[in-house]
Amino acid sequence: MADNFQGAQEYKMQKYLKAVISKSPRPSGERGRERGQTQRSAWLLQAMFLAAVLSLLALPAQAGVKIQSWQAKSGAKVLFVENRDLPMLDVAVHVDAGSRRDSPERAGRADLVAGMLQLGAGGLNEEIIAKRLADVGAQMGPSFDRDRAGYSLRTLSSKREREQALDILAKVLQTPDFPDAVLQREKTRALAALREAETKPAAIADKAFYKALYGDHPYGLPSDGEIATVSKLTRDDLLRFYQNHYGASRAVVSIIGDVSRAEAEAIAEQMTARLPEHESCEELPKVEALDKPQEQRIAHPATQTHITIGAPGIARSDPDYFTLYVGNYILGGGGFDSRILNEIRQKRGLAYSAYSYFIPLQQPGPFQLGMQTKKQDADVALKVAQETLNKYIQEGPSAAELKQAKNNIILGFPLRIDNNRKLLEYLGVIGFYNLPLSYLDDFPRQIEKVTAQAIQAAFKRHVHPDKMVTVMVGAPEATP
Amino acid sequence: MRKATELFSLALITLSLTIGTVFAANQPQQKVLANGLKVIVKEDHRAPVVVSQVWYRAGSMDERNGTTGVAHVLEHMMFKGTKQVPSGNFSKQIAAAGGRENAFTNRDHTAYFQTLERSKLELALKLEADRMHNLVLSKAEFEKEIEVVRNERRWRTDDQPHGQVYEQFIATAFQSHPYNWPVIGWMNDLENMQTEDARAWYDTWYAPNNAVLVVAGDVQAETVFKLAQKYFGPLKAKKLPPRKPQEEPAQKGLKRVVVKAPAKLPYLLMGWKTPVVRDIDKDSEPFALEMLSGVLSANAAARLPTALVRESQIAVDADSGFDSVQRGPGLFVIDATPSEGKNVVELEAAIRAEVEKLKRDGISEEELNRVKAQVIAAQVYQRDSVFYQAMQIGEMETAGLNYSAIDKRIEKLKAVTVEQVRDAAKKYLIDDTLTVATLDPQPLDDKKPVAAPKGLHHGG
Repeated sequence: MADNFQGAQEYKMQKYLKAVISKSPRPSGERGRERGQTQRSAWLLQAMFLAAVLSLLALPAQAGVKIQSWQAKSGAKVLFVENRDLPMLDVAVHVDAGSRRDSPERAGRADLVAGMLQLGAGGLNEEIIAKRLADVGAQMGPSFDRDRAGYSLRTLSSKREREQALDILAKVLQTPDFPDAVLQREKTRALAALREAETKPAAIADKAFYKALYGDHPYGLPSDGEIATVSKLTRDDLLRFYQNHYGASRAVVSIIGDVSRAEAEAIAEQMTARLPEHESCEELPKVEALDKPQEQRIAHPATQTHITIGAPGIARSDPDYFTLYVGNYILGGGGFDSRILNEIRQKRGLAYSAYSYFIPLQQPGPFQLGMQTKKQDADVALKVAQETLNKYIQEGPSAAELKQAKNNIILGFPLRIDNNRKLLEYLGVIGFYNLPLSYLDDFPRQIEKVTAQAIQAAFKRHVHPDKMVTVMVGAPEATP
Repeated sequence: MRKATELFSLALITLSLTIGTVFAANQPQQKVLANGLKVIVKEDHRAPVVVSQVWYRAGSMDERNGTTGVAHVLEHMMFKGTKQVPSGNFSKQIAAAGGRENAFTNRDHTAYFQTLERSKLELALKLEADRMHNLVLSKAEFEKEIEVVRNERRWRTDDQPHGQVYEQFIATAFQSHPYNWPVIGWMNDLENMQTEDARAWYDTWYAPNNAVLVVAGDVQAETVFKLAQKYFGPLKAKKLPPRKPQEEPAQKGLKRVVVKAPAKLPYLLMGWKTPVVRDIDKDSEPFALEMLSGVLSANAAARLPTALVRESQIAVDADSGFDSVQRGPGLFVIDATPSEGKNVVELEAAIRAEVEKLKRDGISEEELNRVKAQVIAAQVYQRDSVFYQAMQIGEMETAGLNYSAIDKRIEKLKAVTVEQVRDAAKKYLIDDTLTVATLDPQPLDDKKPVAAPKGLHHGG
């Protein structure tokens, strides 16, 4: 259901007349998209979050998914799965051009660059681009988060459709025009969205949270920018950013579907051969751990308080990754199996949604715990959440909790790779974060190996409740 | 409305007959148990995964004023324990089997689903059959869960300006038909809801003869039929109450509603009353309206984004939507957000100008063919998701159409002509059946920091 790249029809059903509401907001571990992320960036975060479990591919019951990988002549890394079941093809290209490549003076630039690529390229205007895609039933769109920028394309694999769609993607990635008139309009729209976001509790909380966690590190920049910075961006700014950050040597091409290896090789060349000559990426500063607690209470007329608690967590390459993945399932990632939801919702009815998760990024991404609760209950909910976290770190998980978590993750593995869309996301993550291909074979053993002691130790290493940021938007007034 | 009810009654008459299984590659197969439970299996062997969904033909449109939201509250209570399976244990067992599960409530239906590795299907069927007739509904559990639902409403609607506008928009467009109220229910009804309300709902609607079991994925249909018979077969059919048509009286003039809420940008929703599909073979207008919506907004080159967002730049966003398959009356919706410096009056005028142009000049073959290409491709793309395939079946069935309507709908959409689209626009996009809702943004107080109470929290 939570497919990331929905066809218009599917999307509309949710948006309009089908006022579908559910028992719980999302399956466990997918809450990131509610935290003020834009839809297109949220699924990427989710992909990273879930990528860990990919490797259970190697379970004997699986029909194996064979990932082929090579380097294109352009220098881009390619990951490919041949799958002839359906006459369709998915292609995604990602580069190291997420908002962590923004500067404080030009926050929002990376996002705007990604969005602008499809609005004029190779001499085609945005309308012709849109028409050529729609005429063959292709779906294409940008994705963006703090680490990565990219485009995904879904097309029928029949020759005419495929060639027309791939031609557009190739132009968009490699010969964007950044037309000035379109840029002015998109800036206006972005600014309107930013002003609107300033009124929304979830967006206010998200912005304050990242800023408090990361300070001057670029992860602390709002990924969609600031009113003051976006309004000053020029075509030259965008062009320069594109030239510096869209080079082939750090691009990752993911391909899955109804094409041969030779065709996939040709597609990878077609998508990357004309990418800009890449200048070396500057090293980013280290993410600093927090040295003291911080609490921000922000007034808002909403009936609920949005509570977010957290601190910088782990990088994607952290050796504790699997341990924390399993550990967080028990704390707040496993939905009704998790302690947070059990304490906040099941026992007390304080919130509809309550969760915790790590967002492992290239550098340590956030560990985050959150909920929305009635204003009058906010202080109680906060206290319960803090006590739950503290207790978990002090005591670690029980044997029964650990067994339940492992069962769910291992036995449920086939669900995570049961369609091309999900696999495409995983290919992108494996490629971008340099996970070795053997990583998949190793993974089940890694999950099996996780012990209660290891979880407790890893949480003690990475999660420090006495040095956390707490943001409450729509906070209750202090009572004298 | 009436047609849908009749179709459904026909299905019930066949209770004792076993409808012969249809056998065709990749077509769903169907069997109706003696107690009226319809079982539909869509085999798809791409991945070793199975989706099980139980659909009840009971949604918020079957509620009464005073207990709005009870369909959804009961949905929550369905996880709170049966005589054999204690509260929370349903979810525990599914999770332990590696499954994912959830449920959703809509105006037309309530559905429960599990996605599992293929060998675990039996567990899902066993648990679903149990809670179809064994629910405990304790007062203590109800009182906690109703708090969760009130919080859900705050989160989903009360603190979402667009959610509030949409709620008022629908309540204005439909006055007598039960589509009038929100699926989540009015807050006052949630505040006064009792365990007994949930029980009455469960006793009335939760029965095999008011349900459809849809299973899709890497399974054999015959195996599923046997398992369904084993677990659901012993359940007793219930006499269902008559469903009144409650047809919305004809609207005879434009209706407007304004909602004030904290926001920056205004927002505009326009909706016209339309027919929906009642007879998949004979109807044509609902499909013309679907294609009309496609021409307006199905791609970035469609009319609304082109005219309003790119050319005149009067809007930052503009979209349309139409759902042709549902139990209640139809609504063709356009929504848009004005650019800064523009207001909803100007925006509405611009949308009306687009509508007039449609009615006057019609659409081009090129535009229509573009949307058809998207429809055809989407048909392939949808097969990538087993879950979505099962969803389509459940929606068609609970709307009173047969699953075979899924393919027929595609054929119907492909057959729509430019003349039909223009005629549909002329006939239905008229002021007399139009409802317009707008958001009047209110300033927030300064987001000043609030002092923290002394001595409380601050980490551990």
